[in-house]
Amino acid sequence: MSTLLEVSGVSVTFDGYRAIRNLSFNIGPAEMRAIIGPNGAGKTTFMDIVTGKTRPDEGRVLWGEKSISLTRMSEAKIAQIGIGRKFQRPTVFEDQSVFDNLLLSLKNKRGPFSVLFYRKTPSDTERVHALAEEIGLADQLPRKSGELSHGQKQWLEIGMLLAQEPQLLLVDEPAAGMTPEEREHTTSLLVQAAKTRAVVVVEHDMEFVRRLDCRVTVLHEGSVLAEGSLDHVTANQQVIDVYLGR
Amino acid sequence: MKRESFFARNPSVLVFIAILALFTLGVTLASEAFGAGLISTSFIKTLGKTLCLCLIAVAMDLVWGFAGILSLGHFAFFGLGGYMVGMWLMYERTRDIVVASMANAPIPPTPAEIDAAIGTQIFGVVGSSEFPAIWFFSGSLVMQLLLVLLVPGLLALIFGWLAFRSRVTGVYLSILTQAMTLALALYLFQNDSGLRGNNGLSGLQNLPGVTASQAVVSVWFLWASALALGLGYLLAAWVVSGKFGSVIRGIRDDEARVRFLGYSVEGYKLFIFTLTALIAGIAGALYYPQAGIINPAEVAPIASIYLAVWVAIGGRGRLYGAVIGAAFVSLVSSWFTGGQVPSVNLGVYTINWVEWWQVILGLSFVLVTLFAPKGIGGLFDLAQGRLVPNRHGADYGPDQGALMEREGRE
Repeated sequence: MSTLLEVSGVSVTFDGYRAIRNLSFNIGPAEMRAIIGPNGAGKTTFMDIVTGKTRPDEGRVLWGEKSISLTRMSEAKIAQIGIGRKFQRPTVFEDQSVFDNLLLSLKNKRGPFSVLFYRKTPSDTERVHALAEEIGLADQLPRKSGELSHGQKQWLEIGMLLAQEPQLLLVDEPAAGMTPEEREHTTSLLVQAAKTRAVVVVEHDMEFVRRLDCRVTVLHEGSVLAEGSLDHVTANQQVIDVYLGR
Repeated sequence: MKRESFFARNPSVLVFIAILALFTLGVTLASEAFGAGLISTSFIKTLGKTLCLCLIAVAMDLVWGFAGILSLGHFAFFGLGGYMVGMWLMYERTRDIVVASMANAPIPPTPAEIDAAIGTQIFGVVGSSEFPAIWFFSGSLVMQLLLVLLVPGLLALIFGWLAFRSRVTGVYLSILTQAMTLALALYLFQNDSGLRGNNGLSGLQNLPGVTASQAVVSVWFLWASALALGLGYLLAAWVVSGKFGSVIRGIRDDEARVRFLGYSVEGYKLFIFTLTALIAGIAGALYYPQAGIINPAEVAPIASIYLAVWVAIGGRGRLYGAVIGAAFVSLVSSWFTGGQVPSVNLGVYTINWVEWWQVILGLSFVLVTLFAPKGIGGLFDLAQGRLVPNRHGADYGPDQGALMEREGRE
């Protein structure tokens, strides 16, 4: 299987605290992966490294067939080459309409001048409507996104990520604070997305991970403790000791 | 799909332009030079200057109200614009005087002699007669007008590049911009800075080669200022109306999200910072010929802070709010500080408004920030809410719409 993202031997130290130690992680082009682990295991730092927010002290982060190194790229550049990131807390532009949020995220030229002279094309409008349909917000397009419910904001953010047409989606705790019905919708959105691209979901909630039905990577103290199916990793004694046993 | 025109989507722009045109026409018809003479020439100059202040307030609103960069240094660009045009005005006028006075000499003066005489005239006050290198283009109006754009633009570009690249944000950036304008003021205060130290440039109200009276010239400048404000407003409205506006408001509200969507936040900040510096430079170039004098105190840190106060009181995040704030506060300010307001005698203490105005301004800034963050411009929301309840699309029933309407009245 070809590799879309290859993280190998990565370490990061914050003020003497080693948040990530010798972490290695691979994911293929159309794969769903869940990352679980206790607080402080390095899940968010891992995402920070891949998206360029944090620079690793050592190790490699390689992207795509050409194995481009991501460690020297800016966040914006990394986003442009096809890595989308969803934050834990829903972050949408609350002051702007759902339509504008999605339009802003559509895969288009990102430079100040091309954006300044950008004119909305019918195909872009169509694309926004299709995305809104997909995330279940078709009838909310003119509303200010700040008025949406918590779950709707989470979906809007997922929709904004999909609008970028990324090859890899990094999603941080998408189901936090959702009702059971909302979780179901979120699950199907992510499963659908994983058919055409790689999706990495960081999640605390075991029940949600089970529904995703995918390979699971367990992080502990900044490195991979176990990897495999959910049943496989939950049967692992080490995993039970550090995480599930508590 | 039918495209709505820019004005159909932004009706407030048309309203603004219409009001500005009516205002200009009205003032012209009431002026001494072109009309009934109801308004004194000095007040026309005040109005013209106010329009320039409105223009820089529009720039401030772009950079602060829309992009969220609280720059407390835009008066540096305003002042530089003024200095650039002032250099030409002063050089040409002095030249005219020198040539006229030498015309009666028995031997016609050489160009070098004329040049030396101009230098002595201009730089005598700082004990020099040599033209500094920065005056190289002062004989050319076209070049100096280009410098009105180039000098503030380059300063903003270099300063912004350094600051934004290092991801300096929030209050730290505000402090840096204060430091920038302070450094510029201190530099200009030096006699050997080449711009006449604390004397500044003076006599700028006299246009070289123009014989028309100040009454006429003041109306010309009013027109030019109104035109610049109209065009600047149009440009700003266009910039914020489309996707670009969407991006910079996104940067204001959540910088990280914009960055992870693939937009280079630093590039956008630099763009808007430099664009607004250019607008500020133009505003300054129109302001100082009406003021007649520019000196380094004009770019003192407090000036840029006042600018932020105007925009906050007027209502940031909406362009007409900035214009209203700048016009209202600066006109009221010149009324209070002009000594026309009678002092209030309390027996034990006499309230002198020239001094107490600062207190009122400070207090109203605090009150607006605390209780009416939308500023004066927010009043338009109330008025609009009364006429058309905002139902946010079809979802809300009439009952909820009525509720919002009632909230609007409160």
